[in-house]
Amino acid sequence: MNLGSDRLAPRLLLAVACTTMLCLLVIALFIFKEGLPFMVKVGLGDFLLSSDWRPDSGHFGILPMIVSSLWVTFGALLIGAPLGIAGAVFLAEFAPQGLMRVVKPAIELLSGIPSVVYGFIGVMVLAPFIRSAAGGPGLSILAAAIVLGVMILPTVMAIAIDALRSVPQSYREGALALGATKWQSVRMVVLVAARSGLLAGVILGMGRAIGETMAVIMVAGNAVKMPLSALDSARTLTANIALEMGYATGMHRQALFATGIVLFLVIMILNGLAGAALKRGSLKRRARGR
Amino acid sequence: MNSHKLSQWAAVAVLAAATALILAVLAFIVFFVLEKGLPQISLGFLLDRPRNMGKEGGIGPAIVGTLLLSLLAIAVALPLGVGTAIYLSEYTRESRLTKAIRFGTDCLAGIPSIIFGLFGYIFFVTTLRLGWSLIAGALTLAIMILPTLIRTSEEAIRAVPRSWREVSLSLGATRWETVRKVVLPNALPGILTGVMLSFGRSIGETAAVIYTAGSSFRLPRGAFDSVRTLAVHFYILAREGLSTEKAYGTAAVLVIAVLAVNATTYALMNRFIRRRSR
Amino acid sequence: MSGVHRPGGDRSRGEPASPRAGAAAATGDAAAAPRPKVEVRGLRVSFYGEEAIKGISLDIHERRILGIIGPAGSAKTTFLRALDRMNELSEGCRTEGQVLIDGADVYGPGVDPVALRKRVGMVFAMPMPLPLSIYENVVYGTRLKGTAAKSASELDELVEACLRSAFLWDEVKDRLGSSGLKLSGGQQQRLCLARTLAVNPEIILLDEPCSGLDPISTAKIEEALANLKERHTIVLVTNNTKQAARASDETAFFLMGELVELGSTASIFTNPKDRRTEDYVTGRFG
Repeated sequence: MNLGSDRLAPRLLLAVACTTMLCLLVIALFIFKEGLPFMVKVGLGDFLLSSDWRPDSGHFGILPMIVSSLWVTFGALLIGAPLGIAGAVFLAEFAPQGLMRVVKPAIELLSGIPSVVYGFIGVMVLAPFIRSAAGGPGLSILAAAIVLGVMILPTVMAIAIDALRSVPQSYREGALALGATKWQSVRMVVLVAARSGLLAGVILGMGRAIGETMAVIMVAGNAVKMPLSALDSARTLTANIALEMGYATGMHRQALFATGIVLFLVIMILNGLAGAALKRGSLKRRARGR
Repeated sequence: MNSHKLSQWAAVAVLAAATALILAVLAFIVFFVLEKGLPQISLGFLLDRPRNMGKEGGIGPAIVGTLLLSLLAIAVALPLGVGTAIYLSEYTRESRLTKAIRFGTDCLAGIPSIIFGLFGYIFFVTTLRLGWSLIAGALTLAIMILPTLIRTSEEAIRAVPRSWREVSLSLGATRWETVRKVVLPNALPGILTGVMLSFGRSIGETAAVIYTAGSSFRLPRGAFDSVRTLAVHFYILAREGLSTEKAYGTAAVLVIAVLAVNATTYALMNRFIRRRSR
Repeated sequence: MSGVHRPGGDRSRGEPASPRAGAAAATGDAAAAPRPKVEVRGLRVSFYGEEAIKGISLDIHERRILGIIGPAGSAKTTFLRALDRMNELSEGCRTEGQVLIDGADVYGPGVDPVALRKRVGMVFAMPMPLPLSIYENVVYGTRLKGTAAKSASELDELVEACLRSAFLWDEVKDRLGSSGLKLSGGQQQRLCLARTLAVNPEIILLDEPCSGLDPISTAKIEEALANLKERHTIVLVTNNTKQAARASDETAFFLMGELVELGSTASIFTNPKDRRTEDYVTGRFG
């Protein structure tokens, strides 16, 4: 393929390379275009802080949804983060090498299972179990937190394993040479050295949990009210958008887009924090001459 | 020293238990779905179209819709993704522009699928008047898989040894010839891995697809027809409570599809690794 | 693509006419002193502001082997790569001065480095076969844009000729389809030499080609060079002073980016003019 003495290719490729930025800009543009006027009209205070969500009569307070999202995400982190990090530590530090080769694909399989399947299992197995064991409707924040906790495991684990693996071997050897047991060296040296990366994994897991829609719709119950306990039915921000988008018009639809803006911004901030955490980790290591 | 050893054993036991728990959950999910769903799967189920809102019949059009949607999305995103990866690794060095491109890619990767659904609806379906259609869904899906394709393609391209490029250039090849004859052929397995990964992800995507491709039962006759994917069909079956058996059957097909895609990806990745160590 | 060139003086633009014609003119003109094949004038090369080559001028005569010796860090490789504009591939590289090949500055405006590299071939320090068969390795350069197309039988002949010139033919003639990566180090390096020969460059640059090779492969490469100098101009960078003494007609001694002394190999090794040259070739430092 004759591409004009190698001058056409770089220009064409540059144009192609800019498409991601273009896409991002267009997405941001359209979401904001639909949602920003609404925010201006109704006012941020009423939008974010009112618990009154009755779109038919013009009330658009999404506080219950914000609180529900927070509860669900927090619960998911409570379950997924320690489990994920524990699994990562075991695989990276204590398990024989061969085990990693078998388990890593398994974890990736976990992340490949569609969210709707997770939700379905939550409905068919988890919710009835919660209802019989702890009361309440079953379809609840607790159910959503458990399901999401499992769903974010692959994210947390993958980043945690990378973070642990990138701790230089000399750190471990140094601790062992001073007479520490393996566990002590891991606890006092490796985990500390990898903490930025581990944090990044948790933050990214948080982002995933906040953004999850389908599984949450199926197991969280979707009641529009302030949740008072983990057994309460609740509706997250994402569920709100997905459930009402199909028939929303006018201001109602704009309110959903405005919710989208809130989600968009929150996740951008989380991604930024995770990125900063990752960079801090590698910067510190570079400063020490690694 | 004994108490230290004891606490070490305890710690390792806890960690191992955590890992075992994770694996148990995975095993439970897979086996549960397969146990309940495999009996539902028959040739008729796979080929027939849904009847009576899905309570009877099969999932044939949904399978077709899923395949068409994913393949179309990959066809759009692959040249863009590989092109971007080539540009970033062959034609430029780290600069403000490349940082901006990477930032854009990372942001895109973090956007939740419901927002893509919103965007796809307002942009492709409404503003561009594509309607609920295969093409609207494919374009939306393409943007969603683009970051993955860029990342894996760039990794694959950078893994090609620098010395091979130097040799090619020293013999009087242009940069593009070097990319075409030396870099791309050797990066292909890695790029294909990214394609498989994206394919797997697009199979399970629901929120973005419902609001762009719609949920028509029928086999699409053109790019502007609405289609229903497996995940969407499954979601509707489950949520509307239409048929638990058919839902399990569809779930089983989904899980098997994901298993197959992952297995293929691993086979490809191993070939990639084996080639490099030659 | 990040190299920047500042021409040092006036020079003729554009590419010379058919390269073979230039060589023919030089041979026919034996009575008058033939123009050196390569004339380097005031070459300065810096990376990110740090000067690696601090002003070198020398002539390279046609159909001779110029050996370049010097301790590590003397910028011998950088000098070599300046001759075929490979330094431009490194970031932050700036080149000043002139490199005239057949009287034309290869750093002049409008000179295409891609075309230049078809006239100036390079063999690297590490054997670097491409991940292709032996046959495909050799013919790689013949299939590039800007080279004349050849028929299959012409290619076969070319492959045999080049492999023979590199003293590799007998060892691989039965397995031209097998991967080049499966050869031993010495064989790989000879393959790289054959690959370079396939595009018939006027000038062949070799950057410590025998470092790490067994003595037999080293001897074969040196013998190949001795034959090749009949039709090519050769520049051989080597860390091994004994190899320079064996293989080159003229020798240049580089030290820390400067040319200290240049002369016939015999005089450099038996009667060096500069104290530093004498210290180096007698092994007092290195």
